[in-house]
Amino acid sequence: MELLGHLADGFATAFEPLNLALVMIGCLVGLFVGAMPGLGSVNGVAILLPVTFFVPPTGAVIFLAAIYYGAMYGGAISSIMLGIPGASTAVATTFDGRPLAIKGEADRALVAAAVASFAGGTISVVLFTLFAPPLADFALKFGPPEEFALMMLAFATFIGLGGDDIPKTMFSILVGLVLSTVGLDIISGNPRLIFFDLPGFYKGISFLVLAIGIYGIGEMLWTIDSSRGDVKIAQHNVTFQRIMDSLRALKRSIRTMVLSSGLGYFVGILPAAGATPGSLMAYGMTKSMSKNPENFGKGEVNGVVAPEAANNAASTGSMLPMLTLGIPGSPTTAILLGGMIIWGLEPGPLLFIEAEEFVWGLISSLYAANLFTLLINLAFIPVFIWVLKMPFTILAPIIFVLCVVGGYAPSTNMHDVWLILIFGAAGYLLRKLNYPMAPAVLAIVLGPLAEKSFRQTMIGEQGNVLVFFERPLSAIFMVLAVALFVYPLYLGRKRKKQRAAEAAATEDGA
Amino acid sequence: MIALSRRSLALGLAVGAGIGLLSLPQAAQAAWKPKKPVEFVIMAGQGGGADRLARLIQSIIEKNDFSNQPFIPINKGGGSGAEALRYMVDKAGDPHVIMATLNSLYTTPLRNPDMGVDITTFTPIARLAEDTFVLWVNAESDIKSVDDYVKAVKAEGPSNWKMGGTGTGQEDSLVTAMLEKAYGIEHTYVPFKGGGTVAKNLVGNHINSTVNNPSEQLGFYEAGKSRPLAAFLPERLDVFKDVPTFKELGQDLVYYMQRSVVGPPEMPAEAQAFYEGVFQKVHESAEWKEYTSKKALFRSWLTGDELMSYFSEERDKHAELLKAMGEIQ
Amino acid sequence: MRRAEYVVAGVLAIFSLYLMVKSAELPIGWEPGKGPGGGAFPFWLSLGMLICCAVIAWRNYRRVTPESRSDQPFMDAVSLKLFVIAGGSLAVMVGLIHVIGVYLAIPLFFIFYIGFIGRHGWRTTMALALITPVVTFFFFEIGLKILLPKGVTEEWFYPLYAIFL
Repeated sequence: MELLGHLADGFATAFEPLNLALVMIGCLVGLFVGAMPGLGSVNGVAILLPVTFFVPPTGAVIFLAAIYYGAMYGGAISSIMLGIPGASTAVATTFDGRPLAIKGEADRALVAAAVASFAGGTISVVLFTLFAPPLADFALKFGPPEEFALMMLAFATFIGLGGDDIPKTMFSILVGLVLSTVGLDIISGNPRLIFFDLPGFYKGISFLVLAIGIYGIGEMLWTIDSSRGDVKIAQHNVTFQRIMDSLRALKRSIRTMVLSSGLGYFVGILPAAGATPGSLMAYGMTKSMSKNPENFGKGEVNGVVAPEAANNAASTGSMLPMLTLGIPGSPTTAILLGGMIIWGLEPGPLLFIEAEEFVWGLISSLYAANLFTLLINLAFIPVFIWVLKMPFTILAPIIFVLCVVGGYAPSTNMHDVWLILIFGAAGYLLRKLNYPMAPAVLAIVLGPLAEKSFRQTMIGEQGNVLVFFERPLSAIFMVLAVALFVYPLYLGRKRKKQRAAEAAATEDGA
Repeated sequence: MIALSRRSLALGLAVGAGIGLLSLPQAAQAAWKPKKPVEFVIMAGQGGGADRLARLIQSIIEKNDFSNQPFIPINKGGGSGAEALRYMVDKAGDPHVIMATLNSLYTTPLRNPDMGVDITTFTPIARLAEDTFVLWVNAESDIKSVDDYVKAVKAEGPSNWKMGGTGTGQEDSLVTAMLEKAYGIEHTYVPFKGGGTVAKNLVGNHINSTVNNPSEQLGFYEAGKSRPLAAFLPERLDVFKDVPTFKELGQDLVYYMQRSVVGPPEMPAEAQAFYEGVFQKVHESAEWKEYTSKKALFRSWLTGDELMSYFSEERDKHAELLKAMGEIQ
Repeated sequence: MRRAEYVVAGVLAIFSLYLMVKSAELPIGWEPGKGPGGGAFPFWLSLGMLICCAVIAWRNYRRVTPESRSDQPFMDAVSLKLFVIAGGSLAVMVGLIHVIGVYLAIPLFFIFYIGFIGRHGWRTTMALALITPVVTFFFFEIGLKILLPKGVTEEWFYPLYAIFL
């Protein structure tokens, strides 16, 4: 019950007038920063850090947490409305969010995303409150072999993502993995794949460059082509009634929300993993557990609910290694960590004892930020829908400009803008031949983690590959990964046989 | 030759500016002010030690209004700072760009000679601090002293003793190489992405020892999870009064990580003087003093041509270290 | 479609080969006691890409995929025209950013795309061409403190910085 006391104190702080105002402003700013392709919570949090010197540290933390949450949800907005994932954590949201928007049900997708994010945030805060200290010890058990096994598990969920064309899906994964190795190899200390000796490649190819290129420019070109330059999106008029209906319909998604939040939180607390594999695994899990997996990718509400619940749960989860181990689970928490140090707080196992007020203030402000983000987002849905209804010859150039400016902003380097154009053109041409592109975009996020942890393990274990099956935690992940790889293949076989048998039966009947 | 004359030009300007600053500090600073936001390039990625320090400095400048235009931190950490170094060379003569450095200022150009970066052409502004290195083991281990450590490493054999650190060719691997040479021992060096991750892997028993900076292990140390054995310093640190230095133990093992600020080649002298003034104020600020003493950083202030000769000495030392490791020819 | 599938698979195969050659600059083998060398991951994965290209071409030859049976042209005249207009104007805008900066390149792009291609009225076009740079400036440079490239227009902004920052 001591926990409840802490939480109540935290809430009292979060609902003071100044702090409440900070939460609202933070959520709004975060929402817009996150909705810009290219910009994410990292930019918002990093740049607004100095502003926080003019308010007391508790207020500052509340403000930053609000920006963080606002931006996490903002990422879902651009995934659904524009089909461009604003951050790697929102890639999985595009799979079903975008098809829903094209069907004219963007409002349903937005409501689902808002509610799922809220559920994910809330469930993970509860888990955080109850199990923070024991889970911190668990995170310490995670060494390079466990990291690699976890990445294998994330890759296993790819199986469900590609199209029917297996060689093209494989190609997409491989090209993503190879592009992820560009830049400096920290293990050998040598630069790799510096094409034409351009210095811009030293920093590697970031996820954002590939994602904005393929989803932003590539998809726009494809849409212009397939619609002959005249897109009509049949969006229903947004009424209060429709939003209430969408809310009510979400009752069916409660199980997905709870399971995905739990999974997301668990993956989030593992250092180095973060929210991207979490959202991806949640999507994969929901799809394989669903009664009609063939609806996924075509506009299934649960396909939005699962990744959104998971990525919000994971971002709360990633606060845990940050606070207790000083290890940021994501770039945003890395910046938050910097902020804590500026305020004179030392992250580490003692933080929960020495800076109790700060920790619980942060947790309860996360909770308050969650609630406000939900309300603000529901209120803004009509505005987003209005944007979607703009004539395409106005929307298209605006999106192009957003891609160019948003692609430039994170690295402030024109090299990246040109790469975006190249990836856009390539993505468009490959899209016309039905090469699936999502696997490449996800592979570029997970590839470096997988390679690094594999090679670290090999150096430490003198090249003994069996170590992944000898350590209990990594063995569990590896077995799960193998099961996930094999099961859909087996299922596909069985279905094919069934279909063949049915076809034979009908032929016999005819 | 061109590089040399550029260098002497820069030095000359620096000396001139230095004299001007000494005699007429107010007037010299009023002479030039940035007309637009200053790009504060960080030669490391977001969240690392160098990044945190640079953002702390930025916040001190912002909070105390040391500059009329804001300093905007920009991370260009690609290729161990290669990206940032090339950017600075391309910005030659620009008065609105400065860079926060670490020791990859020496090692990265040494390891990539075709990059075309000569750090002696850069404009020295100020050295703000030197970070220190300490040998760490997990607090659960039986190793209590450097003697125990050497015995344990020899008993385990080189392939079983895992020393964790940052990327190959970066500071941690240099310190490890120095340690190996001095005691005639061998480790298996496991590179990780950043010092924080290294520290966590030591506490989680995934590696056997590290040479972390004090700031990276401080949280775990205070919680009794890691144990410092000896510092790579000539004198003991205030934070770790009980921890001996390698010098006391009879080995001349000293290594620092410098935290300095430089401008691009051919930066105008007035701009150089302006930035020197800004960082002088940072150096004297209460926030900076508090942070450095808490994190066991030395506030070793150095500017002008003294800083430049320090850079070239250090670069030569690093060249020798890298040669001895077989990393460069 | 069939021919395009061959051509694209061929181009991607050449790209894979180039990646293999480039990766082989670092050791690609298994170093005893140390695991794979620095070039190993990109090299063997690029080999996998090459194999995928071969399988894609083979399946095209065997006519097992929908694309290999499709008679539709890969790029008809209309598609090509749209692609050249949209992609071309975009590339020109990015090129212009280097010279005249975003604050002139964006309005020019809007005037071309919204005014000439979209055939919207002059009022809409000019409103968007003027409002977007202003919003961009305040959002990025003042709000988020991210400096955008300005090319020759750099000095025009000094007074604005003096006022707002």
